Formats: sequence, C-alpha cells, structure tokens
Amino acid sequence: MAAIAADFSTAPVLPKWIAPVLLLAVAYGVVPLIGSSYLFEAILLPFLALGLAGVGLNILTGYAGQVSLGSAAFMAAGAFAAYNFNLRVEGLPLIGSIFLAGIVAAAIGIVFGLPSLRLKGFYLAVSTLAAQFFVQWALTKFSWFSNNSASGVIDAPKLSIGGLALDGAVGRYLFALTIVSILTFLAYRLVSSQTGRNFIAIRDNETAARIIGIPVLKTKLLAFAISSFIIGVAGVIWAFAYLRTVEPDGFDLDRSFQILFIIIIGGLASIRGAFFGAALIVVFPLGLSRLSGFLLGDVFDSGVLDMSQRIVLGALIILFLILEPDGLVALWDRIRRRLLFAWQST
Amino acid sequence: MTFLSTIKAAALSAAMIVSVALPSAHADEQYFPLQSYRVGPYAAGGTGFFGGFIDYLNLINIRDGGVNGVKLTWDECETQYEVERGVECYERQKSHAGAAAWNPLSVGIAYAMIDRITADKVPLITVNHGRTDSTDGRVFPYVFPLLLNPYSETSGIVNYIASKEGGIDKLNGKKIVVLYHGSPYGKETIPIYELLAQKYGFTVQQIEVPHPGNEQQSQWLTIRRAKPDFVVLRGWGVMNPVALKTAVKVGYPVDHIVGNVWSNSEEDVIPAGDAAKGYTAITTQASGNSYPVVQEIVKTVYGTGKGNLEDKSRIGSVYHNLGIVNGILNVEAIRVAQEKFGHRTLTGDEVRWGFEHLKLDPAKVEALGAKDLFHSINVSWDNHEGEGYVTFQQWDGKKWNVVSDWIAPDWALLRPMIEKSAEAYSKEKGIKLRTADDANAVTTN
Repeated sequence: MAAIAADFSTAPVLPKWIAPVLLLAVAYGVVPLIGSSYLFEAILLPFLALGLAGVGLNILTGYAGQVSLGSAAFMAAGAFAAYNFNLRVEGLPLIGSIFLAGIVAAAIGIVFGLPSLRLKGFYLAVSTLAAQFFVQWALTKFSWFSNNSASGVIDAPKLSIGGLALDGAVGRYLFALTIVSILTFLAYRLVSSQTGRNFIAIRDNETAARIIGIPVLKTKLLAFAISSFIIGVAGVIWAFAYLRTVEPDGFDLDRSFQILFIIIIGGLASIRGAFFGAALIVVFPLGLSRLSGFLLGDVFDSGVLDMSQRIVLGALIILFLILEPDGLVALWDRIRRRLLFAWQST
Repeated sequence: MTFLSTIKAAALSAAMIVSVALPSAHADEQYFPLQSYRVGPYAAGGTGFFGGFIDYLNLINIRDGGVNGVKLTWDECETQYEVERGVECYERQKSHAGAAAWNPLSVGIAYAMIDRITADKVPLITVNHGRTDSTDGRVFPYVFPLLLNPYSETSGIVNYIASKEGGIDKLNGKKIVVLYHGSPYGKETIPIYELLAQKYGFTVQQIEVPHPGNEQQSQWLTIRRAKPDFVVLRGWGVMNPVALKTAVKVGYPVDHIVGNVWSNSEEDVIPAGDAAKGYTAITTQASGNSYPVVQEIVKTVYGTGKGNLEDKSRIGSVYHNLGIVNGILNVEAIRVAQEKFGHRTLTGDEVRWGFEHLKLDPAKVEALGAKDLFHSINVSWDNHEGEGYVTFQQWDGKKWNVVSDWIAPDWALLRPMIEKSAEAYSKEKGIKLRTADDANAVTTN
C-alpha cells in the first residue's frame, strides 16, 4: 500500500480548475460547431436543465440533509414566474425575469421549508409533497398565471439577451449553458464556504451543530432558499430553452422523483454528481431506445420495446447502486484513479 | 477490471447508437413520422388510432403500390402522451427525408411542436382535437385541426342537447355540467362553454378531473348536489369508464351524459359494463366494420398478416376507424399535392398545399369506400378545419348505434371567436397574417 501511496504522491497533480475549464472550452468552442440539432434539442438541453435542478436539490438534500419531494413544484414556480414577469413588467430584460423568478421560487421554498424545523427525514419528505400539490393546483386553478390561455399552456417568449436573438437550437444551448455554468460555479463556491460547512454540520448531527453555535433555523431556511432558487432557474431553462411551452402537468410528482433519483444515482453531496446523474437519466434511456429501435424495431412494436427498455434501465440502476452506493461520481473517481495508476506503472 | 470492460461495452453501444444512420428516402417514398403511444394510461387510444392509420397506409401500399407509385413509409417513436418524449421523438424523426405530416394525437405535444414545424415547414395534423384557433390558416400555416376543432365539437354537443330539449330556445334556464380532463386538451373548451351559456341562457359549471382521472368520487358528489339537466363528459382514456361507473354510484342517469369526441370509443364504455348502457357520445366517424374501406383492410391487410391491431375484434372500433379516416385524409392530401407538383416525394410545404386544397365531398368519400364512415371535408388556405360534420351514437351494451343525422356545427358563430384568438396570438408572437397569395407560394425543395 505504501508503494501505491508513493505513486500517487509522485503523480503529476493537475490544478483543480483544469478539468472544468477544459470541459467548458469544449462545451463552448467545439460542441456548437459539430453538434446536430438533435444533440441540442433532445439531449443537451434537458441534460442541462435537469443537471442544474440536481445541483439545486443536492445542496438541500446532499449537503444540508433535508429530503425534498417538491423539486418539480419549484421548477414550475420558476417557469411560471419568469413567464409572468416577462409578460407583465414592461422593459424588464430576460435575465431580470429569470433572476426574479429564482427569487419567487426561493420565497416559496422558504415557506415550504418551515416544517423542516420540526420534521426530519421521511416526515419532511411527505410535508414537501404539499408544495408539489399546492403549486400545481394553484397554477391550474388560477388562469391568471397562464395569462388566461384557454388550454393552460403557455408559449415561452423569444429568447434574447441585449438584442442578441438566441432562438436557434445552438443559441438556446449557449443560453442554458451559460446560466448553468454560472450557477454551478456559485454553488461550488457555496459548498466549500462556511455556509456549506454549516449545511454539512446540520446534516451530520443537528444537535452538535447547534452546540457549536450554528444557527440551525436560519441555515436550514437558507438551504431551502438557495436550493429553490437554483431549481426555479432550472425550471425556466426547462420551459424557455428546452420545451418552449409550459403546462403545469409537465411538473408533476414524477419530475420530482426524477430529480431525486438523479442526485441519488449521481452521488449525494457532490456538485458533479448531479450532472452524472442527469446524464444517466436523460441520455441513457434515449440511447437504449434508439439502439433497441435499430436492432429490434422491425420485430416488435414500439410499446413492447418501451416496456423492455424500462426493465433494462431499472435493472441497470440497481446494478449501479450495488456496485457503487456512493453514486456515479465515486465510480468515476475510482476508474480515474485506477487508470492513472495503470498509466503510472507502465 | 470489470469496470473497464463495462466502460468498453458502453462505448461500443454508444458507437452503435451514433452509427444508426437513418436510411435516406428513395426518390419514390413519402415518410410518416409517427409519434405513437402504445404504453401508459392512454394506450387504448394510441394503439387503436395508430393501428388504423398504419393499416390504411399498408392498404395503399399493398393494393395500389403506394400513391401514384410513391411508396408510403413510416416509423414509430413511443411518446406515452408525454410532452418531452414527444419533443425528443420530433427531433429524432425530423432528420428523416421526405416527411409528409406529423400526427402526434396529443394536444400537449402539438402545442410544443407548433414553432418547430412552422420553422421546418411540415404540416401538423391534429384530427378532431388540437388548438382551436389553429383553424385560422392566416396565422397557423402548418397546423390542421382536421374535421372537428374543439369549438365545433362544443357547438355540436350543445345543439344536440337543445334538440333533445325541443329546440335551442328551450336551453334557457337549463343547467349543464362539463366534466373535463385536467390537461391542455381538456381545458381547451372552457371559454366556449361560457360563451354559449351566455348566448343561450343556460348555466354551465365546469369541473376538472386531474389526470389520469381514476378517482372521481368528489366530482360526482358535486354533480349530484348541482342536479344538472345534462353532464358533458370531456374525458380521455381511463377517466371515461370511471366517470360512467361513478355516475351510476351517485345515481346520476347515464342517458343524460353526453360524451365528447374523445369519450366515444368502445374502450371507454366496455370497462364500465352495464353502467354505460344508454350513454350517448358525439363522433365524426361511425363505428363498425361494414364500410367497404374497412372490409378491404380486413381482406388485403389482415388477410396477408400485415394488420397492426393485435386484437382483431378491435377492427372497426371508434379509434381504429378514426385512424383509418386520418389515413384517408393524409393520403388524399398527398394525392392532391401530387396532381399539382408531380408524382414524386413531396416536400412538407407541398403537402401543406395539398391539405389546403383537400376537398372530399360525399360522392368522393363514397368512391373511397368510406360512405357513412365520415361525411365530408372541405379545407381551404384559411379554414384548416374543413367543416366536418358530426353525428351522435348511443351505446346499447354491445355496440354503438347512430341516433342522429349528420349535423353541422354552427361555424358562422364560431369563426369570429377563432379569428379573434388567432389574431391575438399573431400579435403576441409578431406573426404577419398570411394571405391567399402567400399560401400559394410553395417551397419545393
């Protein structure tokens, strides 16, 4: 073991910022040039939106230890708030609407975070269900939210920043990528700050945290607010950049579960994990469906194929979690370490 | 090293997915991207409709060798009636060359596609449903709520209730409850019921049933308290049999429930058993398999083992027949466009022109073997619905019996409202109103 440790210590240690910067360089510099519209519209946009929602939920659940099943409600609140700010406030730039939408989602998050002061674990999860049902109900019940649209479906406004139109697939991708990068960077800074350590302290032992002087009440509500802000903005990306249409039913309980699975599979208390999880949840089923359609499309109808994909996907998720209960991010780190080690020893 | 081998396998399968290049259409093929749904709560509608559609396309290929020699092709992408899956399917299928028209059979998916298909210039068909104001071809050049838009359906139902009461003036003071599906589709008719209620002097109470609608106790208790003269069931999928059963439970008479065009199938009434006996529903296409075109499908398509329905007893059911009618409309639009642009693979815009000149009078419908299956259609560049006629059918416990003539909805009354709504949309989106000349300018490559 000593030899291994020594090897690791002599391995060239790259600065931490190299990987994200390289990734962003590819995302901004290479992908827009070579990507097809399918890649942007069907894979990258939902991946970015759900990845960001995963980051938001991970702050609350992974770092601060508060389980929430209301993520889709906060996404819906963000999407509808941005739509209404954009519609009703003259002259407000799009970025302003999105920021205010995040604030609205944060405010709703604080309200529904209040039970966390008394409730823990599954009980808290059940109480956040109230947010899920209440927000969806309110958006359906009061047609003001959808500008009295007959069917309750709203059309997303045209995306533009400072006169620059971003309506094409690439434009919307860059728009989403920029917002996601900024918020992810801020989230990353947050979790390594004192506030982030307070979150972890509360997650690991609330009583101990209280004793060492962490304001538990304030910190929990702060976690709800920040998490809901990020999830709200993710809802805006989902509605404005990805689907370009919104209906309250698109933000149902299934979506909340989806986001929760993203962070569990990706890795709790890891910013990268949210994106790993989103990649698995968004990209993998599509790949599976295309592969099975290609191989077996002539033999079975699409219904049978879809059912079998679900079985395969479910089995794989179980397999992943058995192999690596800490999520894909831990799996990734282990593979990287082994590869590095193999490369070192040759 | 198991992880490495896993990674290797994953990389291999990823490479395979990337290499799945869709075969490009030959010069003599016209492609239908089918965003179908065969699983999920609405599978009964999906399998019936897409089954009928595919059966008709197969009939044209087997019997006629395609449309004037142009073979019809298609593939299916499963949406489960979910918007984001529908969008993914759209992006997946649109790269295929020679797409004729999109038929997602979901209002939510159709809404999400409007901007996309308008940019790509391929028609979007929402037969018997869709966004009502897309009837206005000046604002929605590529969207076609063929046969019956939701407002026409509402007008037809209200006129039918009036005829049961003894005339349109008898509606004054009556009370109607609309029980609607909690989806974009279900909500589409809320304003038009309010307007007709004001115009004819009846009161209307509209009650939502959350998707998918398998629990309706509280809604029906509200209805029992309200004691309406009629209940309009604007349901979809599992919501319909549950509504009929719950109505019986709370003691509401089933012959005073009128179903809309998505609550009118065998799959809606058979699961309700005796509770459905006497239930009436509107339709644009009669049920049954005695029509010549359905018989030909039985003989030519199912006879050669190419039939799409697994359960042969569903041949001639309401959804299957709607799929067949939808197939007729799509194929005839291609035929119309081919007469103008040549017997070859058409562009989406050329097919759009075909739909805008799709005129099937009763004689033509009879020639197609569909006499009495549906009445007629008359689409124009600014009227994308095409003045479809409706009829009413009653369930006797075994089959649907037609109980009315072909009825025309009150189009003159509805058109100004549709134009107003469409113009508001065009203003919001900054769309310039199209003229007849614009409609004749066709992109041919």
